[in-house]
Amino acid sequence: MTAYLLRRVVSGLVTLVVASIVVFSVLEVIPGDPARLMLGMNATDDAVQALRVQMGLDQGFLVRYFHWTGGLLTFDFGKSYTYSVPVGELIAERITVSLPLALIALALSTAIAIPVGVFAAARRGKPADTISMAISQVGVAIPNFWFALLLVYVFAVWLRVVPAGGFPGWEAGIGPSLKALVLPAIALALPQAAILARVSRSALIEVLGEDFIRTARAKGLSREAALWRHALRNAMLPVLTILGLQFAFLLAGTVIIENVFYLPGLGRLVVQAINQRDLIVVESVVMLLVASVILINLLVDMAYAVVDPRLRTRS
Amino acid sequence: MTVLKSIFAAALMALASSTASAARADLVLGIPLEPPHLDPTAGAAAAIDEVLYANVFEGLTRIGSRGEVLPALAESWTISDDGKTYTFKLRTGAKFHDGTDFDASDVKFSLDRARADDSTNAQKGLFAAIDTVEVVDPATLKVTLKNPQGSFLYNLGWGDAVIVAPDSAETNKEKPIGTGPFKFDRWAKGSSITLVKADSYWGEPVALDRAEFRIIPDAAAAVPALLSGDVQALPNYQLGDALPQVESDPRFKVVIGSTEGETILAINNKKPPLDQLKVRQAIAHVIDRKAIIDGASGGYGVPIGSHFSPANEAYIDLTGTYPYDPAKAKELLAEAGFPNGFKTTLKLPPVTYARDGGQIIASELRGIGIDAEIIPVEWADWLKQVFTEKDYDLSIVSHTEPNDIDIYARKDYYFNYDNPAFDKVIEELNLTADEAKRKELYGTAQKILADDAVNGFLFELPKIGIWDAKIEGLWENSPIQANDLTQVRWVD
Amino acid sequence: MSDVAANRERGFLRVAFVNRSFATGIVITALIAAMALLSFFWTPYDVTKLVVADRMLPPSWDHILGTDQFGRDVLSMIMVGARNSLAVALVAVGIGMGIGVPLGCWAAARGGWIDDALMRANDVVFAFPALLSAIMITAVFGPGAINAIIAIGIFNIPVFARVARAGALSLWPREFVLAARAAGKGSVLITVEHILPNIANLLLVQGTIQFALGILAEASLSYLGLGAQPPMPSWGRMLFDAQTRMAVAPHLAIAPGMAIVLTVLGLNLIGDGLADVLDPKLRRRR
Repeated sequence: MTAYLLRRVVSGLVTLVVASIVVFSVLEVIPGDPARLMLGMNATDDAVQALRVQMGLDQGFLVRYFHWTGGLLTFDFGKSYTYSVPVGELIAERITVSLPLALIALALSTAIAIPVGVFAAARRGKPADTISMAISQVGVAIPNFWFALLLVYVFAVWLRVVPAGGFPGWEAGIGPSLKALVLPAIALALPQAAILARVSRSALIEVLGEDFIRTARAKGLSREAALWRHALRNAMLPVLTILGLQFAFLLAGTVIIENVFYLPGLGRLVVQAINQRDLIVVESVVMLLVASVILINLLVDMAYAVVDPRLRTRS
Repeated sequence: MTVLKSIFAAALMALASSTASAARADLVLGIPLEPPHLDPTAGAAAAIDEVLYANVFEGLTRIGSRGEVLPALAESWTISDDGKTYTFKLRTGAKFHDGTDFDASDVKFSLDRARADDSTNAQKGLFAAIDTVEVVDPATLKVTLKNPQGSFLYNLGWGDAVIVAPDSAETNKEKPIGTGPFKFDRWAKGSSITLVKADSYWGEPVALDRAEFRIIPDAAAAVPALLSGDVQALPNYQLGDALPQVESDPRFKVVIGSTEGETILAINNKKPPLDQLKVRQAIAHVIDRKAIIDGASGGYGVPIGSHFSPANEAYIDLTGTYPYDPAKAKELLAEAGFPNGFKTTLKLPPVTYARDGGQIIASELRGIGIDAEIIPVEWADWLKQVFTEKDYDLSIVSHTEPNDIDIYARKDYYFNYDNPAFDKVIEELNLTADEAKRKELYGTAQKILADDAVNGFLFELPKIGIWDAKIEGLWENSPIQANDLTQVRWVD
Repeated sequence: MSDVAANRERGFLRVAFVNRSFATGIVITALIAAMALLSFFWTPYDVTKLVVADRMLPPSWDHILGTDQFGRDVLSMIMVGARNSLAVALVAVGIGMGIGVPLGCWAAARGGWIDDALMRANDVVFAFPALLSAIMITAVFGPGAINAIIAIGIFNIPVFARVARAGALSLWPREFVLAARAAGKGSVLITVEHILPNIANLLLVQGTIQFALGILAEASLSYLGLGAQPPMPSWGRMLFDAQTRMAVAPHLAIAPGMAIVLTVLGLNLIGDGLADVLDPKLRRRR
């Protein structure tokens, strides 16, 4: 078990290092001079050059790479070019929007998907199953930003009950903040719920066909009871995998939804930073997201290994 | 439907909390762009001035709502007969927000810092004429110029020329310390900037206790925020098609003012075939200003025929120089040797007037055979490719600096325009103080640019402001980029 | 070819069309594709001609889906947009398959450190949030349809590599492969003659899924302004333009969204149907 774990951690680290090289090199070739951008159209060349030196942009590629990665190891992400504050601070600030949003969306999606999956699996082949799966099929096909637009139109433009976008900040109170996150969370959650519902249904159906359920049923356990008590627990593995993937997706996938709703989250930060050539911010946030994807995969793998000892010996 | 809607809305409203207060002294304003930092003396971003100018920071002079020069930290001044020496009498009793006193040494520090070799001031040119700055006594300052400059007092009113203290100059980007009637409170990055009343202010105290600038990048989100009451004023948004929704609502005032933003189709005057006058004239003849204003600016904006603001006294209407006439354009193009047109590019920065206006212009150009490929660019690329490297054919941009016709006399400016006759007019203008004569020279300058069809002159960017009908004192026009809150109050 | 695949092909089409998902999917997708093809020859109006005076007209007999902010006919734009959407997604799948499948097969055939290295590279790509990376790619190369194809295509490579590798690995120990090996065939020949035909079904199903995901990805990118550039209409872009005009012209947001949903739905239904028909294990459970 320890050996398996160790191997997974090492391979995660290798992935991380390779990713850091890729990110740094890709951003190196992005056109545009951050110093010129900060000073604008009428700035003199002297002023721009002075700022380049101040920002350390005049140093070589490798020097800056090692400076940056060295900083990452000590959680010092450097200083944002545009905001001139530590990047760590920026990330900490923005994550208070993105993380709750992803968590709410995940909770919402699970709360909708699991019951629908169980419901459909229990009525396999019956009209209720067919209808709920047809709806989920459409749900999978809906782009979340279009869904978001429709929600905005109905609830913000037509009914005017929630804001169409923006975020008041947590210090404005839990109420207004949650209100601002309601539509984005729904927009994110529903397409994900559709996928999750389909996965849980088929996982359940698979488990339901296995011997131990047949035995339980033969012992007189009702279909419903067998489903909830035995099948669901055993169908949890594939569902967990998808949940892990979805959480990673949601963290990064908030990019577009945050843009639709103008939420000051990580996704917007990155898009803004790319546009403003605030490379150090882009690098750090992308690395953070990559690291969290790797971490989540690792956790899912570990959960697998705990549940299914056979997996430990394979790589 | 309506019944259903109101029941539905009422039910949901009941869940939400409402906020209402009686005598208001707080204001939330929506602004489209977040400032990159909060030091007006170290960045060109208009958003910095839009939050801080006149509110937190003050200069020796300031620009008023109609573009006039007013005294600020300088109570009064005298100018020597040769126009080279300015003696300023400074306010006494003014304090910076960190408690330190303001005096002449702060002014000397600020001006010297702005014009120093390693200065990162984005408008260093404003201070180019300064020769020496001397502190006579704590309340008196003498500035000597290398040569007389008609616009010197106006230049000192720019946001880039505000007075900062030596102790706090380095930290102003994060925690701005000025002498204004408001002091900085907090900045929630990506979300909002809050100012509060400064009790130590030397002048007339402001009516507002608290002002929050909330960053709402898009009109689509700003309008609902206004309708829901989260935000009470949107002083300057290019609202376009989102405007009709608010115009009919009596709770709000919609004020269409003018800016100093000449929106132009920038032409690279050295790049063949755009270096030919006839080709540029042909382009000018297919500019349908009405269609562009309707399609790219929601129907608001004053057409212009040269690089000059219609709000300025010296403005002359030159929109008739090359009227919309595709047939004539085709003729001119044939005369220039391009009967079948040519291929070119149109680089568009990420603003509605450019992206939408660009599509309209490209469609018109296609009509006379000019195939303009649209290349959208981010501001970073625009500054690099178009502005700095002059690697472009056509572009659309709004020049929002006030009174900036002199940019056409700059040798390395990105239009690549070079006309000695024009340069002479500007040179003369710099040395002329007589108002009538200046006005005449401005007229000549406008005429030369229009005749040369240097750029396609489209329209003056409107300042579309919407705010609660109970608010008074916000600027109608935008002679400089600022949201001066010093006169703002709630009335019933 | 006494392979498993050959037996499975028998009666495939008959079974497939009895499958409801597959039949519905094919009909929807065919309609969208027909619309895209038709747009090459005919559209109700010219989408490159701007008539600002007719802007934002609601649906009428002249303009069945109304007009946009430049007075262009929305139906015509949907038709031309379909061309763009399908082309981008299809080419991106092509890139993914063209590079991913050979890589996956190679890894399976050679094993050892090559397999390890390729799978590690796969992990790296998988660890990147796809949309974010696509944004970075378009920031480097500039926005446009071609760069959108590349950005989406890159993320299809590891998907196909993984599927191909897994499929191939399960086939290598099989008797017919061992027999071919014993007959002295090289691994390239074996892959081409025996492995590929037998993983074709898997790849086809995956291809349909990736095609659908590609349509969504293209829509997201062009919504963010990073896909096809004006004057070329694209569905995502149309949605972006509709957003600020939601209050005055809600009709602009409906048509492009429906077009995306229908296309993705059609492709997903085909994929589901194919998987059902091709995988006997699943078929038994129906």
